Amino acid sequence: MDIKLKKLLDQKTQDVWRETLLLHKRSPETRVASSLSCVELLVSMYYGDILKYNPANPSWEGRDRFIISKGHGSISLYPILADLGFFPEEELMNIGKAGSFLGSIPDPVIPGYETVNGSLGHGLGVACGMAIALERKKSSSQVFVMVGDGELYEGSNWEALMLAGHHRLNNLTLIVDHNKISMLDFCDNIISHGSLGTKFEAFDWKVAEFDGHDIETVHHHLEAARKDNSSGPKALIAHTVKGKGGGHLENDSLCHIKSLKPEHVDELLENKERP
Amino acid sequence: MIKNVKPMRDVFLAGLIEKMENDPKIFFLAADFGAPTLDILRDKFPDRFINVGIAEQNLINVAAGLALEGFKVFAYAIAPFITMRCYEQVKVNLALMSQVKEMNVTLIGVGAGFSYVVSGPTHHSVEDISIMRTLPNVEILSPADWVSAGSMVDFTVETPGIKYLRFDSQPTPAIYSETACFEEKGFNILSNGSKACIVSTGYMTQEALAAAEQLKNEGLNISVIDIFKLKNPDFKALADVLSKYNYVVSMEEGFIYKGGLDSLLLNIANDYKLKYDFKAVGLDDNYKFELGNRRQLLANYKAERTNVAADIKEYFSK
Repeated sequence: MDIKLKKLLDQKTQDVWRETLLLHKRSPETRVASSLSCVELLVSMYYGDILKYNPANPSWEGRDRFIISKGHGSISLYPILADLGFFPEEELMNIGKAGSFLGSIPDPVIPGYETVNGSLGHGLGVACGMAIALERKKSSSQVFVMVGDGELYEGSNWEALMLAGHHRLNNLTLIVDHNKISMLDFCDNIISHGSLGTKFEAFDWKVAEFDGHDIETVHHHLEAARKDNSSGPKALIAHTVKGKGGGHLENDSLCHIKSLKPEHVDELLENKERP
Repeated sequence: MIKNVKPMRDVFLAGLIEKMENDPKIFFLAADFGAPTLDILRDKFPDRFINVGIAEQNLINVAAGLALEGFKVFAYAIAPFITMRCYEQVKVNLALMSQVKEMNVTLIGVGAGFSYVVSGPTHHSVEDISIMRTLPNVEILSPADWVSAGSMVDFTVETPGIKYLRFDSQPTPAIYSETACFEEKGFNILSNGSKACIVSTGYMTQEALAAAEQLKNEGLNISVIDIFKLKNPDFKALADVLSKYNYVVSMEEGFIYKGGLDSLLLNIANDYKLKYDFKAVGLDDNYKFELGNRRQLLANYKAERTNVAADIKEYFSK
């Protein structure tokens, strides 16, 4: 990887980690653990020249469509969208307050978000419809959708996986934030996902699995998926740690519903680097 | 034999095919559910037709994705499944989303009311009027015959937003003439009488007309209003018409006291301070497994033409 790009992505990862914790400090009802597991994925998408977007015109026809199906766990996208100019950075100070559009679950009233989020298992099916539409419109734009692994318990995902595989949707990439923890427990104690990759392959998806916190690896796989227009739909399974850099939340089986106390955020931020 | 009987869906689809010839933005999705005319459509427009399989949740989600990209989407399935199986998909990705993004989606549900007569309660659609009325940003269109069903093509193609069409699965005799039927105001006066008025929707308009005919033979002239827009008809215009009557009867092939047509009429009475006596005809709070023809199924709930005629006669004999 280009050294300059590596440096940029590393720096942005630190910035987004820090800003996400600060957002959580301002609005403790936000889901911080699941927002921390996908930081490198989001940073790579937006700063790594993967996604085509236009902050001045969020609905620019030439953009790639990025559906954040795991809406709760994407608070870490707020600082990215603000930094890129989708909305003023001051808005980050108003999260959760009356009159702000930054809630604990993002909706398309936030510039940069494509769909209504909060109810799980919808994003992939909507993404299929968009992918078909873009193909029919002969557009070079692509569709990315990010889901959590707990979200994959929703059966509607598997209806969409079947359809996308059968129709060879070349312009569709699914990113799984595979942090192994759902709301109440480790996934393995609820219903084990077993090998997600094997399951997706059985549905005729092309699969890559990798460490979702290694920015070079993350970027490599996102770039490869963006360039590959002939293998049918692609699934990127990013193995991540839920609550990454969130102190005692890290890998706690109940971290999805736990908040960090303000003083814990301050302690964490005394470190200049994401732990 | 009743003449001029046709299925709503085939008449509608024939009109839609004509539109698709000139409008490349129309896309058709089906959940593995057909019609003779649909065979023509999918043959003619293979690039704008997809059968998503028996998967109504995905039907709605894919429809939403296509609509967000500017297609005018028609999604087609059996009525109870395209409303109830995927209700939350309709709420989130159509009702909610269309409030913030421009979308044009028409859901076509076939099998309104008891029209899948012998298939039993799973295939009967007697909850859809109430539950779809609950959703903001969704219009409900409930035609009474194939002529009015066919007249809804233009409205559904040209009007942005979310629409739910509830079609009978059985061929229906024509009530309307082919030139006049679809009205923006959402209802039509089919028979003009004094004092009493039946307001009915879908197949029940056929029953209402039969009840009116019976009463006419017995010397009682009553009105029948066919209401086909069940969400946002022209309330004022409807109130003006209803204000002429002392007795109003609603007829719907669905559960009563649950937000359906009866609620719509009671709310109008309340909002416009109308003073009519009111009776809701439809299904009371239970399912029935008994087999029978359609009129027998309705008679089980005292909602068939002769029940209604007897009720109105009794009202005026007091």
